[in-house]
Amino acid sequence: MASMARAATTADAFNAVAEPRRRQILDGLAGGERSVNELVELVHLPQPLVSKHLRVLREVGLVGVRDQGRQRLYSVVGQPLKPIHDWVKNYERSWSQAFDRLDVVLEELKNKKEENDGDDNDS
Amino acid sequence: MAMTTTRKAVVTLPTDTQILITREFDAPKDLVYKAYTTPELIKRWWSGDRGVVDSVEIDLRVGGGWRYVMTANEGFEVGFHGTFREIIPDERLVCTEVFEGMPDAEAVDTASFTEANGRTTLTILVQHQNKDNRDAHINSGMEGGMNEAFDHLEQVAQSLR
Repeated sequence: MASMARAATTADAFNAVAEPRRRQILDGLAGGERSVNELVELVHLPQPLVSKHLRVLREVGLVGVRDQGRQRLYSVVGQPLKPIHDWVKNYERSWSQAFDRLDVVLEELKNKKEENDGDDNDS
Repeated sequence: MAMTTTRKAVVTLPTDTQILITREFDAPKDLVYKAYTTPELIKRWWSGDRGVVDSVEIDLRVGGGWRYVMTANEGFEVGFHGTFREIIPDERLVCTEVFEGMPDAEAVDTASFTEANGRTTLTILVQHQNKDNRDAHINSGMEGGMNEAFDHLEQVAQSLR
């Protein structure tokens, strides 16, 4: 069972970003390419752990790597995050639709308030 | 001042157990708070395009309860209820929330109303007990053309009876 759970966490981007430290590393890469050492400083995790998580992120295609001289530079690849984005988008859309209706209610409340304020001024 | 505004809810997942919903409204915060806490007004917006709100009960005091019920377009009823924990009028509202199809998955919602230049930003932070509950909550929000998602939800709800 443990090995199955292990396989599941690395199977796709969805599971790979479920681990908070991996999200921390992705955040660290948000500003552009970084070396492992730069990431270690940014996320305050030990180097072996950063390397381990980078390996998982590379396996699911969330992180790319290129060699520059003696350094390896890591960067974010956005494409695998799209299914997650789409998943949250559906939830977001239902809130957007509810809030569009709330806008209509608010317009009415504003108009009423203005009318009342107008009445106050008249009296 | 920017004239163009994003009239769109933004949903992010700050941690494994949270959902953060943010939306700006072109109205002062006392009116947004009013529309957010007055039953007759909630009935007009809360279900969005997903269905019709059947009833909204709110006992707006700390320890007081709330319950919303809607009939989804697909014909089934969904109910949510909870208890108010903290109330600062026009500023902040903290309550528990339970989707009645998943009675064990209680979340804590914190709604904050922040006004700037006559516009109000509403943020709702939903704190779940675990990731599974959080994920199920997001799945339950699927709607519109996603009838299969609702069918699935209905099956889940029925299996829990």
